[in-house]
Order: sequence, then C-alpha cells, then structure tokens
Amino acid sequence: MKFWRTWMLVPFLSLLPAGSHGAWFPADAALTGGAEADTSEFISVFAEDNERCFVCHGQNRYEYENPNLGRKVRALMSKERIIDRKAFYESNHRSFSCTDCHSEMYTEFPHPGELRMEQGFNCIDCHGGDENWAHFHFDEIEIEYQNSVHFKLEEEGFSCWKCHGPHDYKISVRNSGNLKEAILYDNNICLDCHSNFNRFQILSDREEINILARHDWLPSQATHFKSVRCIECHTQVNDTILVAHQINPKEMAVKNCTECHSRNSLLMSSLYKFQSKEQRKDGFLNGVILNESYVIGANRNTFLNRISVVVFILTLGVVGVHIVFRILKNKKADES
Amino acid sequence: MSHKMYLYPKWVRGWHVLNAVLFLVLIVTGLSMQYSGKDSIFIIGFANAVKWHNFAAIVLTINYIVFVTGNLTTRNGRYYRISKQNFWSDLLIQLKYYSMGMFKGEKHPFPVTEQSKFNPLQKFTYVLAMYLALPLLIISGFGLLFPEITIKRFAGVSGLILTDILHITMGFLLSVFMVIHIYTCTLGTKPWSLFKGIITGYHESDEL
Repeated sequence: MKFWRTWMLVPFLSLLPAGSHGAWFPADAALTGGAEADTSEFISVFAEDNERCFVCHGQNRYEYENPNLGRKVRALMSKERIIDRKAFYESNHRSFSCTDCHSEMYTEFPHPGELRMEQGFNCIDCHGGDENWAHFHFDEIEIEYQNSVHFKLEEEGFSCWKCHGPHDYKISVRNSGNLKEAILYDNNICLDCHSNFNRFQILSDREEINILARHDWLPSQATHFKSVRCIECHTQVNDTILVAHQINPKEMAVKNCTECHSRNSLLMSSLYKFQSKEQRKDGFLNGVILNESYVIGANRNTFLNRISVVVFILTLGVVGVHIVFRILKNKKADES
Repeated sequence: MSHKMYLYPKWVRGWHVLNAVLFLVLIVTGLSMQYSGKDSIFIIGFANAVKWHNFAAIVLTINYIVFVTGNLTTRNGRYYRISKQNFWSDLLIQLKYYSMGMFKGEKHPFPVTEQSKFNPLQKFTYVLAMYLALPLLIISGFGLLFPEITIKRFAGVSGLILTDILHITMGFLLSVFMVIHIYTCTLGTKPWSLFKGIITGYHESDEL
C-alpha cells in the first residue's frame, strides 16, 4: 500500500466510539474544547453518524474514559487527524458519510490496528469513467496529472489529496461569484506546501523555499499574486479541462509577459475560460477580464483605438495641407 | 533685419530637452506595451517597455516638479498666465493667421516680445498640456504603477479601467500635441530658427 493512502487514513486511525468494545468511551462533544460551530446551511443526512467521528476528530482535544486507569483521559488530537466540521460540510464531499470512504470498522473504538493498512480511495476511483461526472473530465485530468511534475512524487506520497483535501476541497472558479476569492483559495492550495517548509520537506529534499525571491523578476509581484492563480503560469493550458492539471517543470513556467498581456491573452483560456462564454460586448478586447480585473495590453478598447487612429491621421493631414500651402506661398514669393 | 531676445534661460532649456526625450521614450514604450503580441515584439517588446516606461515616468514626474517650481519662483511663469480679456477673439485671430494670414504675407498678430513669449493659441495649448493633461497623465500613471492605491470601483466600473482610459487618452492627446508643437516650431523666421532658439536660448525674429 502506498504511503499516501495510509497517510490519508491517519485522522481516522485514532479514537472512534465503539459500543462493541465498550471499554473506552469518548466524552461528550460538549465537553471538548476548540470545536467550531457548524454555521453552514447544509444539513447532512449523515450528520449524526458523522458526529461519532467528529466528536474526537472535530477538535483539538478529546476525552475518553480509560478503564485501565479508571479515569477520564484528556489528550490533544494530532493536527493532521483533525477534520474541520464547517469546512467538511461546505466541501464537495459534504453529503458523504465518513464510512462511505473509510472502513465501517472505524466505528469500533479503539480503531482496529489493521485499518492502518487500509487502501484509501483516489479521486479517479469514484469519479473516473462515470457519466455523472463526465463534464468535469476526470479521466483527462488523471492523464494531465500523470504528465505533471507532481506525479513524479507519487512514490514519495503525492496524490490528488495533497491539493484537493477530501475533507475540505470545494471547486472554486466554476462556482465562485467572486473571482478574487477563488484565486486566493486556489493559490492557497499551492502555497500550503510551496510556502510552508514543514509540509514541503515531506516531499522534497530542497533545503529552502522562497516564493517571493523566486518571483522577484515579476513586476508588481503582489498585484500578480492577487490577480492570477499560480497555475496560470505553471500549467499546460488544456482546451477541454476547465482547470489545467499538468503542472509543468519550473523551467517551463510562463515568463513572457505578452502571454497574458496581449490581444490573445492566455488568461482567456485559463482563468477566464469559464466566464469567457459570457463575453462582454462593450468594445473591449477580452472584455470579460474587465469584470474582475484589468490587464494592460489585453484590454484594448477597439472604439478608442479607431478614434485615435482617425484623430492622428487627421492631425497629420492638417499638417500636410499646411506644409503644401507654405510651399506654394514660398514658390509664389520666389517667382515674384 | 533680425534681432535676438534671450527668452529661454538654462533651466528652461534643460527642462525642455529632458521633457522632449522623456516624451519620446514614453510614447515608444507605451505603444510597445499596448500593441506587443505573444509572438510579435512591437518596437521594443512588453517586458523592456514596462521597465523603461516606469523609469521614464518617474524622471518625467521629477522634471515636471522642476517645471512647476521654476515657473512659481522665476519670471518664466508669467508667460503662462492667460488673460480673460479678449481670450476667444485673440485665439480666433491667431487661428486665422495660421490658416490664412500667413499665406497672404500678413504680419504676425502677436509678435514675440520679452513680455509675451507665446501667442494666445500657444499659451492656451501649453497651459492645457502642462497644467491639465500632464498632471492627469502623471496621476493616472501612478495609479497604474501602484494599483493598490487606485479606487477599486467607480460607478460600477473597475477603477483601473477608468484610470487606464484616462492615462491612455491623456498620453494620446499629448502625443498629438507634440506632433503639432514640433510642426508649429517650423513656423519661425526660418524653419529651424525656433529649434535653434530653444537650444541657444535666443529667440530670433525679423519683426521689430
């Protein structure tokens, strides 16, 4: 079994209530600290079932009755085993029961040790070859992923889940009414590892990471970081997939400004691909970009362009006519 | 017989030549940014244009401060003062001279003197260019250079678009002004005499 698949099960390998064993009982959730109230409107039909897991895995600390010690034990939950209820019930997988993906045996408490070896699901295990999900093009995404630099790290533990947390991921660009928020959300997925050395070193031997220094060639760096996603420059654009998944080697990253800052802006086939179907018709090239941002070179107003050409030609025309009259006047003066 | 008047002190000449060079750099780099394509480099290309445009713009701003300060602290400022009296009629007289009178051999209606360096049309266009268009160009340019300080939205439209349209419009109008300015500078006693004047400081005139 691959390491990453084990890793993703870790949050569930600890303490879950299990009536059959009956020896250890997690304390009432109300007694435990750090739980965030679920404010989302979605109410899962599995909410009650899931709470058996969240009662321990939904917060920083948990409590249980330890019959060996004859007292209640309070302990800290490992960070990586904590699942944020609110984030889960807002995520794409919010309608799932924990045991849809994790073994029913996790309902036993303490969890059986052999579960540590359980094979976890990958995205494509559920979404691949399914007509219901055809519009997301999961199979093509899988091919892109296999061609991406991240795939080379799969043996070391990389997987879809590294970017798309199964317990909190939600599609953003497709659904978001606020593109800036979607950009922030998507970039945070990359930065979660690429600006966090603790996570980065799990998969890389590089001794340091410095996103800002690596991008110091980029003019108006902060504005770029806020206005476009990392993947705009670091992926191979694909015509059918809304969000490209083929992460290119860093040497292939877009560094040519006019890839975006031009009439045929790359952004129209990446960041604005979804919105571009509803193209603005107000005389601006790549007008849809103007809904959220402004890109020098990509947003030209064709109306103003034409006016400026006409005015410039008229100016030169007036100057030309004036020159002709001066020449004629001088000729006349010479003759007389 | 011609006579000479010292009308352009050193600081004015220095400011003017730097302003001219910067205008050219900004026009060339501005066009390069606007029209460079993915596979086509327009004039100097986008990346180089951004660097040089930003640099030239900052120098232009400093040069503009020198111009305004110079006009406030020296006698040069008086040449830009527009009088309400006969404003429109003087403009019309000058326009008529340029469009007809000069071809009929008429004398210049507003000859250059030490008290009045510019004719009414010059004065009007110079004031519009230097005290309206150029400040708007500089302010909007800084808005684009530092987008974080630009108003996010105005009347439902992105502040950056409005800032850019203002910047490009002012840049275009000043480019047209520059073309006309260069051409009208050939209307001196000799086609090159006004150019000579801004280099030597002495205005040469046939009219006494």
